[in-house]
Amino acid sequence: MNEYKTIKEREEEIIDEFSLFDSWEEKYEYIIDIGKKLEPLEDKYKIGENIIKGCQSTVWLTSEFKDGKVFFKADSDAVIVKGLVSMLIKVLSGHEPDKILEAKLDFIREIGMMTHLAQTRSNGLLAMVKQIKNYALAYKSVDAA
Amino acid sequence: METTTILPVFDVDTVRKSFPVLEREVNNQLLVYLDNAATSQKPQVVIDALSHYYSNYNANIHRGIHTLAEEATAAYEATRDTVRDFINATSSDEIIFTRGTTEGINLVAYTWGRKNIHEGDEIIISTMEHHSNIVPWQILCEEKKAVLKVIPINDEGELLMDEYEKLLSPKTKLVSVTHVSNALGTVNPVKEIIAAAHNAGALVLVDGAQSSVHLDIDVQEMDCDFFAFSGHKVYGPTGVGILYGKKHILEEMPVFMGGGEMIKEVTFAKTTYNTLPYKYEAGTPNIADTIVLKTALDFVTELGKDLIRNHENKLLEYATGQMQSVPGLRIIGNAKNKVSLISFIIKNIHHQDIAVLLDNQGIAVRTGHHCTEPLMNRFGISGTARASFALYNTKEEVDRLIKGLYKCIKMLS
Repeated sequence: MNEYKTIKEREEEIIDEFSLFDSWEEKYEYIIDIGKKLEPLEDKYKIGENIIKGCQSTVWLTSEFKDGKVFFKADSDAVIVKGLVSMLIKVLSGHEPDKILEAKLDFIREIGMMTHLAQTRSNGLLAMVKQIKNYALAYKSVDAA
Repeated sequence: METTTILPVFDVDTVRKSFPVLEREVNNQLLVYLDNAATSQKPQVVIDALSHYYSNYNANIHRGIHTLAEEATAAYEATRDTVRDFINATSSDEIIFTRGTTEGINLVAYTWGRKNIHEGDEIIISTMEHHSNIVPWQILCEEKKAVLKVIPINDEGELLMDEYEKLLSPKTKLVSVTHVSNALGTVNPVKEIIAAAHNAGALVLVDGAQSSVHLDIDVQEMDCDFFAFSGHKVYGPTGVGILYGKKHILEEMPVFMGGGEMIKEVTFAKTTYNTLPYKYEAGTPNIADTIVLKTALDFVTELGKDLIRNHENKLLEYATGQMQSVPGLRIIGNAKNKVSLISFIIKNIHHQDIAVLLDNQGIAVRTGHHCTEPLMNRFGISGTARASFALYNTKEEVDRLIKGLYKCIKMLS
């Protein structure tokens, strides 16, 4: 079992890793690498209702609520997007809904990947963050009921 | 005495100096802009003309009795005459200003279509149409219980003309096809298509969004009934396009939008409509961009479309050869007759990943389904990466693309 780390601590870890990279190539090679290493989503989750459809690539996102915490799994047909999703999940998965909703995700800016969050990039990263927070919101209301 | 003739040359280095954006750096590298089929960059004369209009004679057109209004009206109508010459229409009355190709097609669907398409009638389009030349006809067919038929293509991305002729029947009322495919680059044999359609008693709309910048357009020789294109793909501003229609057809068509300019007389009992082309230009039009479209078309005409084409075709040939040597790369669209556009996929690599890594190298290409989802389905792919070349692109830029692609492959595999 991984020891529990806060969202902020996990963001810091990623920022630290990226601080070692000097060039865009190294950053993207890292993202591509973690994209490739992300455990593929089982086919049963690759269904229409889990698709976050950007204009260019397909992203599947599924969630689970266990012991008051939300766990996410995701996949994409494009490897860079997959790497970005993998980082998002690494940071946000396994936390209470409130913590997920509060997350500012400053690490995306810190590691120089802000362009991927822009509205104009139809790669679904922005939609992904929204969807993750929507899940958190939904579980929060379930939990409160 | 011996005489020498100096042949006109196309000097790409000089041409490039007319386009300020080409000096820009993207991600610390000089921009390589290969997304011209989406929109072209603008020469300084076009940028200046916009500023000049707003600085000197901005006014609403047609009804003003003051100097500025007269100047603006004259400039606006001068564009209409330039467009007439650009596509060799018989009369300026056949030139209707729109927002772009999409609006032109919709205008025909909503006016001519609603009047002339009835239950059981057939409209023919092709597999390689842009969504803009599919959806308006689907909406019309649904409303009128008419039938949409689709011309199939071969694996090279060329229309199957035999199949097309089989689709034609007395039920065919309209054939609406693209002149040049935005996703494949294929140049379609529109003259042949039009002749066959006319024989069957159908009208023809040609989607000229991609062709007008590369090919010589002669609507009389083509004998099309409608021709639609956009200014921004011909080095002009966004937000202005053209719908050409044969005069007798436009005259018979019902009006599209109601409002100012398109009317002759309004009473609460009855409104009579203005003559062509104003009948289809309701409301204050996009005056500035329409005026400046003339500057863009003049720029292209002065450079010479044949010289531009020669330059672009050389780039196409060079790039095609270079790309074929890239491992795992497959060109989608290998028609014999193509414009300077290459759509491609690379084995085991998603097109979006290619675009992201090329952008980091300062290279702009487009990826995705290019608003041609049925065409992508025909090829069994979700999308492609597309490099489209314009008059200012160079062999060196092709080399940067190829180098960039090798880098993508290295990083992604």
